[in-house]
Amino acid sequence: METVIGLEVHAQLLTRSKMFCGCATTFGAVPNSQTCPVCQGMPGVLPVINRRAVEFGITTALALNCRVNPTCRFARKHYYYPDMPKNYQISQYEEPLAEDGSLEIDVDGVSRTIGIQRLHLEEDVGKLLHEGTLETAQASLVDYNRSGVPLMETVSKPDIRSPEEAAAYLKAFRAVLVFLGVSNGNMEEGSLRCDANVSLRPRGSRELGTKVEIKNMNSFRSVRLALEFEVRRQAEALAAGERIVQETRLWDADRGLTRAMRSKEYAHDYRYFPEPDLVPLTIDRAWVAGIRAGLPELPRQRRQRFVTQYGLPPYDAEVLTQSRALAEYFEAAVREFPQPKVVSNWVMSELLRVLPADDEQAIRNLPVTPGRLGGLLALIEDGTISGKIAKDVFEKMLRSGEDARTIVGREGLTQVADEAALGAVIDQVLAQSPKAVLDYKRGKTAAAKALVGQVMKATRGKANPGMVNRLLEEKLSKI
Amino acid sequence: MIGRPIHELTEAYRRGETTPTAATETYLARIAKLDGELGAYLTVTREQALRAAADSDARYRAGKARGPLDGAPLAYKDVLCTRGVVTTCGSRMLEAFVPPYDATAIERLTAVGAVMLGKGNMDEFAMGSSTEHSAFKPTRNPWDLARVPGGSSGGPAAAVAASLAAGGLGTDTGGSIRQPAAFCGVVGLKPTYGRVSRYGLVAFGSSLDHIGPLARDVTDAALLLQAIAGADARDATCLPAPVPDYAATLAQGVKGLRLGLPDEYFIEGMDAEVERAVRAAVDVLRGLGAAVERISLPATPHALATYYVIAPAEASSNLARYDGVKYGLRVAGAKDLVEMSSRTRAAGFGAEVKRRIMLGTYVLSAGYYEAYYGRAQKVRTLVRRDFDAAFGRVDLIVAPVTPNVAFKHGEKEDPLAMYLNDIFAVPADMAGLPAISVPCGFSAAGLPIGLQFIGRALDEASVLRAAYAYEQATPWRERRPSLG
Repeated sequence: METVIGLEVHAQLLTRSKMFCGCATTFGAVPNSQTCPVCQGMPGVLPVINRRAVEFGITTALALNCRVNPTCRFARKHYYYPDMPKNYQISQYEEPLAEDGSLEIDVDGVSRTIGIQRLHLEEDVGKLLHEGTLETAQASLVDYNRSGVPLMETVSKPDIRSPEEAAAYLKAFRAVLVFLGVSNGNMEEGSLRCDANVSLRPRGSRELGTKVEIKNMNSFRSVRLALEFEVRRQAEALAAGERIVQETRLWDADRGLTRAMRSKEYAHDYRYFPEPDLVPLTIDRAWVAGIRAGLPELPRQRRQRFVTQYGLPPYDAEVLTQSRALAEYFEAAVREFPQPKVVSNWVMSELLRVLPADDEQAIRNLPVTPGRLGGLLALIEDGTISGKIAKDVFEKMLRSGEDARTIVGREGLTQVADEAALGAVIDQVLAQSPKAVLDYKRGKTAAAKALVGQVMKATRGKANPGMVNRLLEEKLSKI
Repeated sequence: MIGRPIHELTEAYRRGETTPTAATETYLARIAKLDGELGAYLTVTREQALRAAADSDARYRAGKARGPLDGAPLAYKDVLCTRGVVTTCGSRMLEAFVPPYDATAIERLTAVGAVMLGKGNMDEFAMGSSTEHSAFKPTRNPWDLARVPGGSSGGPAAAVAASLAAGGLGTDTGGSIRQPAAFCGVVGLKPTYGRVSRYGLVAFGSSLDHIGPLARDVTDAALLLQAIAGADARDATCLPAPVPDYAATLAQGVKGLRLGLPDEYFIEGMDAEVERAVRAAVDVLRGLGAAVERISLPATPHALATYYVIAPAEASSNLARYDGVKYGLRVAGAKDLVEMSSRTRAAGFGAEVKRRIMLGTYVLSAGYYEAYYGRAQKVRTLVRRDFDAAFGRVDLIVAPVTPNVAFKHGEKEDPLAMYLNDIFAVPADMAGLPAISVPCGFSAAGLPIGLQFIGRALDEASVLRAAYAYEQATPWRERRPSLG
């Protein structure tokens, strides 16, 4: 059987104000502190479209190779739920912002193109808060802070063929959003949400099987696990001669399974009709052209360029392009210190040890600027400090915000590369370690390592390791 | 000065013959005396009115009056949100709803010094043609208390007619300004869709809702429109077109204007007295130099049926928010959410509102959408095209407002009979065109008859100008109902 998956991804846009009113969109504010009559759905109020949200939508659409429609339209989607103050959601239906795009994904070194069916804008709903479960709570409270926050829904074509591909699609999609700066892509905070349509069909068949919608997948891991479970469930059902029921199932992460929602929970007739409070939105061609011209290089293109231009291994390229800030940091550092692999090693091992790759803000504000990292690497290169000392210097740079040369100078960390001075230290070490010398002479070459260690210890790590090795070998051979 | 138009009243303020406070007190006293019987007001904002009037007094004393509406005592239909003042929409659902904001139209009138006397009665959520569907009380027609004032803006129309307000604001979704204006013998103007911001107008049919003046005469209608018209950043459907000086062109006459008289507005079964009065009015206009020709608006017979698809569809959506969760009525004791909302809506809405919600829900349902809503939109396009074609030949269309004069309370129990009352008013709503009702005579029983002018989009100036020419040439506006 062949697995067929389509993903619907909702992303909160990083606009400062809401989709249809001027309220702030900050996450985690005091309940109902970021609301007004418009996002509370009071009688007589009207929506006004947030231009920035449309701009973000167009930006994403272009990055996903979509056609931006010359006019689009908002529509009302009706269902009753108390987190939705008007009991309809302003969304887009027949005339979305953009259509027909694609996103490239890589799974196990193989590239595939996943089609994008449509991209549209809508408003988010509020949140219900209750003690315990909905069934047992004495009362529910509503927080409308999230009500009206701009959402972008992107629907893929049913081109995804495995749970791994679904996870890869979601990751690639998220990377595009984060790179463009249109969403923070945070699945835990709910700023990125994913639903999936899953069906199976005989290999080679053109027709689609009966699809099941999976909801409530709150992490990349749940997406993969939920889809793996669902594919298995459907395969077993079909193998047993059962029919697949078209339904919505919820992923239960605790129990590791999908379960059917009660039909009451999703059997909606949304009664869509064009939103009469908003005129059709005409998208100015020049606006689109301007956005296209300002589009940054996307993660995938950048990743490929990192391999070809800098000769980096694909793994390094992937790590370094996880966010725009990180990729830009790397490139700026390479301009200062033109040895890409050395820079890459430092960024991956030292920088990413202290910061998450997607924390754009923190990376941009890092005290160790790309220039300072370049300066530090130059000190290793010219032998002023050893690589080991450099790691300590890096730590100090992080704390103090000083450049490497200042720290090295002040703390006397300059490498000892004076043959005479080092020779004296080595002689002393050899004299104090007759047993190690004897071991070495008996063929235990590992004993040399211990001797090097002692020399480094005696010089507080400042000795030039290459010179220590050479001098030590010379002296040992003479004994 | 009671019963005089606003422009005369405020002129008297300027000359120091009376003051906004004196006028406001007199109006309030008249309301106290007569409104128990008339039922024009749902809320009287006495303290607020007297404060606003006192502020206005001070401006006149200082020679800093804000124009011809400063100190004008007005009645606002209770569908318009007023900050800090209960706004019921004539419904139990919003019986205690106090908006934290003013409708843009009200904010603008307040800014030019108008004094709010109170909130006018109306059919619940503006659904009706008689004000009998108010959840609180019916309004009576000042010309004959046994009859309806029309609707849904029956409260403010009756208030102006009975001199319980110098003017007011109503709303018109399917005739709700012009029909009560005609029934009450006052001037009612429905502007172009988008000419006046809908912000703060509690939505019924969003693509059809218009705010407009109810006035003692055409000059007042022009002054009120002047104050409320123009772009508003809070309403995306509000037009940015500049607002002309309506008063400046009022007196230009109708000489040379081409008027179209549509065949479809004179139908079998209409009141002979109404037809006679309208045809006589057309003769007056001809005498004033207008060129009158017969025209045809063939989609007219379908407009009403189409309206009763589109307006309820939008209403079913707009009224979905009244669920007992956030504001307004909540019926206590429900065991869960669904029951809370169901019981609240069952108790909070009247029969006519429920009927339209069901109708609207049905026509938007999967499987029926194309057959009803989709088709209705196509007919709406045809109605617009009719008008476009007509306005290639004529400058204005002249027609009756209603097929009959005010009917008796309880006379139209059958909803369809009630709906038919708006047959001549609905097309201008469907096309979003400016239209006015101006008094053009009385029936033998002494009931007012209205004459309608419909103009091109954004050409309120010509509509007002023709209505003014007719009004000035005829004596109708001097007649008053005999009330207290």
